[in-house]
Parts: sequence; structure tokens; C-alpha cells
Amino acid sequence: MYQFSQRFKITTFVLMGLGLLGLAYGFLSAPSTVEEAKAIVAAHAADGHGDAHGATSDHGNTTHESVAHDEHGTAEHQSDDAHATEESHHEAATVAEDHHAEHDQHVFDQMRNRPWSAFYVSALFAFLIALGVLAFYAVNRAAQAGWSPLLFRVMEGITSYLIPGGIILFVFFVLSALHMNHLFVWMDPEVVAHDELIQNKSGYLNSTFFLIRAAIFIGGWIFYQQFSRKLSLAEETATDTKSFVLNFRVSAGFLVFFLVTESIMSWDWIMSVDPHWFSTLFGWYVFASFFVSGITTIALFTLYLKSKGLLEEVNNSHIHDLAKFMFGISIFWTYLWFSQFMLIWYADIPEEVTYYAMRFESYKVPFLGMLVLNFLFPLLVIMRSDYKRIPWFVQTVGIIILTGHYLDFYNMIMPGTVGAHWSIGIPEIGGILFFAGLFLFVVATALTKVPVTPKGSPLLGESKHFHY
Amino acid sequence: MASKIFRALYNDDDILMNAVKKVREEKHHIEEVYTPFPVHGLDKALGLDETRISMAAFIYGCLGLTVATVMMNYIMIEDWPQDIGGKPSFSFVQNMPAFVPVMFEMTVFFAAHLMVITFYLRSKMWPFKKAENPLPSTTSDVFLMEVAVKEGEEKALTELLLDTGAIEVQQPKA
Repeated sequence: MYQFSQRFKITTFVLMGLGLLGLAYGFLSAPSTVEEAKAIVAAHAADGHGDAHGATSDHGNTTHESVAHDEHGTAEHQSDDAHATEESHHEAATVAEDHHAEHDQHVFDQMRNRPWSAFYVSALFAFLIALGVLAFYAVNRAAQAGWSPLLFRVMEGITSYLIPGGIILFVFFVLSALHMNHLFVWMDPEVVAHDELIQNKSGYLNSTFFLIRAAIFIGGWIFYQQFSRKLSLAEETATDTKSFVLNFRVSAGFLVFFLVTESIMSWDWIMSVDPHWFSTLFGWYVFASFFVSGITTIALFTLYLKSKGLLEEVNNSHIHDLAKFMFGISIFWTYLWFSQFMLIWYADIPEEVTYYAMRFESYKVPFLGMLVLNFLFPLLVIMRSDYKRIPWFVQTVGIIILTGHYLDFYNMIMPGTVGAHWSIGIPEIGGILFFAGLFLFVVATALTKVPVTPKGSPLLGESKHFHY
Repeated sequence: MASKIFRALYNDDDILMNAVKKVREEKHHIEEVYTPFPVHGLDKALGLDETRISMAAFIYGCLGLTVATVMMNYIMIEDWPQDIGGKPSFSFVQNMPAFVPVMFEMTVFFAAHLMVITFYLRSKMWPFKKAENPLPSTTSDVFLMEVAVKEGEEKALTELLLDTGAIEVQQPKA
């Protein structure tokens, strides 16, 4: 039996406490009026950091760090100008003023969004890790894999986070639908009234249907998690293979449900923060990202439990297999990332390419840094067969992969919600700490419920003798 | 090369594996084992050195990547720049994403083909080479183990081999 030690428990509480403080700081320091937002932007521009919107006045500024921002600022300015000249036939002065007010409101919304986005990225990432593990678990059940049954209790422990994580996300969506934040601009009737593209999508993209879908998805995933866990525990005392066979069937059915709902989830929860933009392989891309994060989490928990002297029968071939999945799915993620990027880059259609233009202009470091973390590191560090069996290698790469995929979700959400006003500061780190603490607390509590080494599964013998 | 070679024939891979372990425990030298299909773990049981083909594959892959990079740079940038879809054509770095599929495929192509060729050469196999296996039936259902025998140990070794489950022990004609 795994014991959730007092020290570990306190650590998770400290993480959650620090995280809450960080998030609270984020909410309190966000501007509460448009004037305040303008003042912050102006202060930033005066600092010489060349904030995108504030920098429009320093066209002559050639200091290195502000070049990228400057370009962006200039582009914005030009488009503003274009609008102004277009309409200048009428009342140039008032239109320009209106435009400025609109722009200020936009910046204000983005700055107000920041703590919400910081919270959302972490909440989403933690939830999707558990969901990735659930998918991996279902694949192993449906394939009747022989190597993995020894790890089923670990996977079930991690997927138990789906319940608190799902509730948090759903509450967050309800708050968004109540206009507490401006993450999903299509929820704002003001925006929709002036946006024909969103109007055309509003049969699908509306708050009510969005919440219904979210409820069905989260509910369906949690239902499978609970049901499969029950059948899995029933194997311990079963005298026949009934629960095993039923679990196999349910898992195969779940995978069908999952692949459809996962795809729709990625449009709803992630792609819709940029409601004008769309990509057909987005669902797969998101899936690859949280699938590899989930498998990495399984490997990290397995190594942790082994270091506590549990899971004695898990040998280095099991670790090797997990590391192979970490390696393989990392490459798969890169393949999908590149497939999505290259087609859009090559076709260069304005409504598609803005997505990447924004990221290259304002998000260079997290956007390109993530590629190094998610592709180059796993490629170079765990390509060698032997290194996949060395625990500290797997742990190091695991932490790099989790960092990289957090950044991946960061890059998916932030450009659409906070625009150029991003930073990885106190609210973001607070979000990470809070959800790391909550995740560890929930999973560790779930792991104490039953022995971490299962018994009774028909495939357990094969798993114990698994040898590469 | 004074020692003679005994051939022990087996009809099952599990029995063969155990026999290999037993014979090596008894400090006899196994020259070679012929099997109709790859037997999992036999290389370790025989105490063979770990294969270096993976390192070779990595080097070949790097070579393929380099060739592709140089090739695309020459074809698309230096020799005959083309304006495709309005992409700037005078810079490799800016056009690089379009070349990634070529670079990837060439990496795989080089790694795969050169690895196979290396494997054939290292195993001394080339076209029109005569088969080396001592008994044609090792290509269908017989496992054959060649064991070197020292002077005066012929009888003991024969008994040992039959003990390990050999269906037949062939001795070289004097």
C-alpha cells in the first residue's frame, strides 16, 4: 500500500497556497478601468520595453529588444491608419477618436484577461494530462496489451483527477458564459453584433450549446473513468473473466466516443479563443500534446512509486516501453505541429496565417522554445535504447516534456486572449503551482485507496514477465 | 584451428536456448548457431557483443540530412531560384520549412538503405554468394549449434549435447 506521507501532503498544500496567492495577486493587480490600463501601457512604453501597442510612438527606436514589438506596433498602426483614411471621407476626426476608444477597450480587456488565462491554461493542462492518461489506459484495455496491466492502478490513480479537474473547468466555463472574463470573445453579444464571421458560426458557437457540450464531454469521460475503475477493481476478486471482458468492450466503445469528443473539445475549449481562425487537424494536434504529457506523467509516477519500494515487479523493460512512447509521441506531436504550420505558412492565406504571424511577432521565445523542448530534447536525449531504461534520464526528459507542453497550451490560449500583453509572471506561475499541488494531492490520495500492484487480471502474468 | 566442430541438431527454440546456456556453463565454445527464424534473446545467451548497427544508422541519418540540406540549397536557392507561392527564394533559412519533408525523407532513406547494405556486408552476404549454412534444413525447421571440441573430450561433449535435448549430434568425418 502506498502511504501519502505527511511531508508530501504539506508540500502539496504549500503549492496550492502559494498558487492561490499568485492567482489572487494576478486578479488584484489587473487594471479595473480603461484609464488604468492606458496608464500601465504608457508606463511600459516609457520604460523602453517597447510594448506592442504603446510603441507606436517610438518608430525611430532601433534598440534590439523592441524591434519585433515595434514591427507589430507599426503594423497595427498602419491598419488603424488604413481604416481611418477609408472612412475619412465622412468625419475623420470623430472616427479616429472612436477607433482609439475601441482600441483602449480592447487593450483593457486583454489585460483583464491575463489572470483568467493564467488560471485557464494551468487548469486545462492539468485536466488534459489526466485525460491523456485515460486515453492511454483505454488503448491498453482495448488492445488487451500484455505489458501494461501492472501499471493500471497508477493510471487509474492519475485519472481520478478528472473529477475535480472537470468540475473546476466547468465552473470556469460557466463564469466565462456569465461574462466574468473576455476569453471567449464570441460569448460577448457586443462583439458578435459587429462580426459577421462569428454571426455565421453562432448556431454552433453560443454559450448554451457550448456548456451543454462541455457537460456531455466531461460527464462522459468521468463516467468511463469511474465505470472502468470499478470493473478493474472487480478483477481482484473475480473468479471468471466477465469484468475483464466487459471492461475491454467498454474501453473500445469509449475510444470511439473519446476521439469524437476530444476533437470537438479542442475546437470548443482552445480553438474558439481565436474564433476567426480554424485548422482541420487541430484536434489531433491537441491530442498528441496531452497524450505525450499523460504518458510522461505515468512514467514519472511509476518511477516515484518504485523509488518508494512499491511496484517491485515493474522492471526496466516497462520503463523502457513508457520512454519509447514518450519518444514516439513527441515525434508524432512534432509531425502534426509541422503539418499544421507548413500548410498555413505555404498557402499564406491572410485569414489563416494571422495565427502564426501573431505568434512569430509577439511570442517568439515561448513559441520557438517549445519546439526545442518538445522535439529536440526528447529526440537527442532518449533516442538511445539504453537511456530509455535509466530512471534519471527518463525523469529529466519527463520534466522537460511537461514544461514544453505547458508552453504549448500557453501558446494556444494566450495570443487569442491577452494578445501582446503576455508574460510568464506571478499569475502564470501561481496557476502552475496551484494546479500542480492540487493534481499531486488528488492523485496521491487516490493511490492510497488500493494496493498499487493489481492482482487477478488475466494478463498480469504476462506483464510481470515482460522482458524486452 | 586444431579443434574439431560438432554439430548438435535441435527441433525447438526453447530447448535450444537452454542448451546454449548449459553448454556455455560447461565452458565449451559455441562457434555459431543456425536457426530458421530469429530467436529472441539468443544473442544475449550466446554472449555476443551488442550490435553497433544503431550507431551506424544514426550516422547515416545525419549524412542523409546533410546531403538533403546541401542538395536543396543548390537546387532551389543557388542554381535556379524559383518563385513558388510568393516565397522568397534567395535564402535557405527562410525557405527551410518547405524543404523539411525532403530533408526528413532523405534522412530516412539514407539511414534505411545504408543500414541494410552495412548489415549485408558485415554478415558477408552479397549477390551470388553461396549459402554458408551447413545443413539446408536449418532454413526450414532445424536448429543447429556448432560447438568446438577439444582433443579427448569428444565422448563427454556428445553426451552433454544429447543431455540438453539434441535430437542428433553430427561429428565431422575423420
